[in-house]
Amino acid sequence: MQDFAQEFTTAMTLILTGDSELWAIVLLSLQVSVMAVLIAAVIGMPLGAALAVARFPARRLVIVLLNALMGLPPVVVGLLVYLVLSRSGPLGVLQLLYTPTAMIVAQVVLVMPIIAALTRQTVETLDAEYAEQLRSLGVSRLASVPTLLWDGRIALATALLAGFGRAIAEVGAVIIVGGNINHVTRVMTTTIALETSKGNLALALALGVILIGMAISVTGLVSLLSLRQEGEAMRHA
Amino acid sequence: MRDLPVLEMGQQPMIEAEGLRIGRNGERLLDLRYLALDGPGPTLIMGPNGAGKSLLLRCLHGLIAPDAGQVRQDGVPIGAESRARQGMVFQTPVLLRRSVAANLDYVLKRHRLTRARRRARIEALLAEGGLAGKGRQSARSLSGGEGQRLAILRALATEPDVLFLDEPTSALDPAATQDIEAMILRAARRGTRIVMVTHDIGQARRLGHDIVLMHQGRIAEHSLAHDFFDDPQSQAGRRFLAGSLVL
Repeated sequence: MQDFAQEFTTAMTLILTGDSELWAIVLLSLQVSVMAVLIAAVIGMPLGAALAVARFPARRLVIVLLNALMGLPPVVVGLLVYLVLSRSGPLGVLQLLYTPTAMIVAQVVLVMPIIAALTRQTVETLDAEYAEQLRSLGVSRLASVPTLLWDGRIALATALLAGFGRAIAEVGAVIIVGGNINHVTRVMTTTIALETSKGNLALALALGVILIGMAISVTGLVSLLSLRQEGEAMRHA
Repeated sequence: MRDLPVLEMGQQPMIEAEGLRIGRNGERLLDLRYLALDGPGPTLIMGPNGAGKSLLLRCLHGLIAPDAGQVRQDGVPIGAESRARQGMVFQTPVLLRRSVAANLDYVLKRHRLTRARRRARIEALLAEGGLAGKGRQSARSLSGGEGQRLAILRALATEPDVLFLDEPTSALDPAATQDIEAMILRAARRGTRIVMVTHDIGQARRLGHDIVLMHQGRIAEHSLAHDFFDDPQSQAGRRFLAGSLVL
């Protein structure tokens, strides 16, 4: 127990003294996950919005598939991206394996379905309310999409945060495609896994504290945003 | 069908519907031989629940395509172009999740007005609807009556020829209803042709120039308001006013 207290004290010291190794890992984690969420948003939001307003034969099937992809096991995504990026894989020539870019690719695959599915849900609900009114105002189906996205901005911000939460806390995919290389592809989750197995609990604990702090902040922000939305809905009722 | 203004030879009624039919699963929802809306209005569409009033209004505005038949405005079949000269207000106001002013600006922007002109127009509209000083407030934080007034202002922002209203006061208290009725009458005086669905016989008496009574998807009677209320010509009209017309 005394060991634990000591490790914890060392961990807090690492955080508070601005240990360069620790903060480099945090920074890389943020860079990878923020970039992944941005790319996933650029792909997922238009896709989700299109799914919400377009009508085509296999639409329901695509929606079910997209919802199912929200639960992709990270390790499997890591394996698939590994196969694609490995030297003998279809994109092997790009030599991306064991780079932060590969980690971004893996996280995009993980996060994009979440953002697309939540966007679809948000836009479809809003469209049910707005469709007749927008048509009456002379707005075409296609032109209504930016309006629906903007008016669903709180729910969409929530979707982005949910995606970020998934990306930053994920370990299985990035450890496979990143390789957990010191100073190159070592992020918070992979470092925690490695340092714990090595018995270097102080660094693992410090990163754990920061990761928990981030997770709580994200969840807090999400609930704050949904409270705000509920508040608006209630005032309107 | 008497006493309605007789058209000069060759004169087009503003809105004309012919042979409109809508059915679902073998059930007749709307079956209308002919309806001409000319004269000054307001035209009030009445009838029991499920008579097809809202459906007719949506057909006239082009929001629903009928299974058969045609709606014409000034002799031309309606489409996106004619809809731009019409406005519609729904039973529950659909307000964008933006400020009060942004709800109006949304429509004005689509008509490519300059920023300065839009701003001036918004101020004028807010004053007209008794919402002056509320421009920056979130539209969805307005009260029911204010929200409906904003919806009407937004529909009127581009000065449409025709304004359709689907029971706009059914969820409002008498004071809010009075404000809305005053707005509708002012719009009518400025030359907007009003076509409105209502359940409220008192409201139809206060606002109506002519009354369209619908029953089971058909037009049971179309008369001038004072004729309709003094001496309805149809069996359905007499039963409706006696409160015994259901479905």
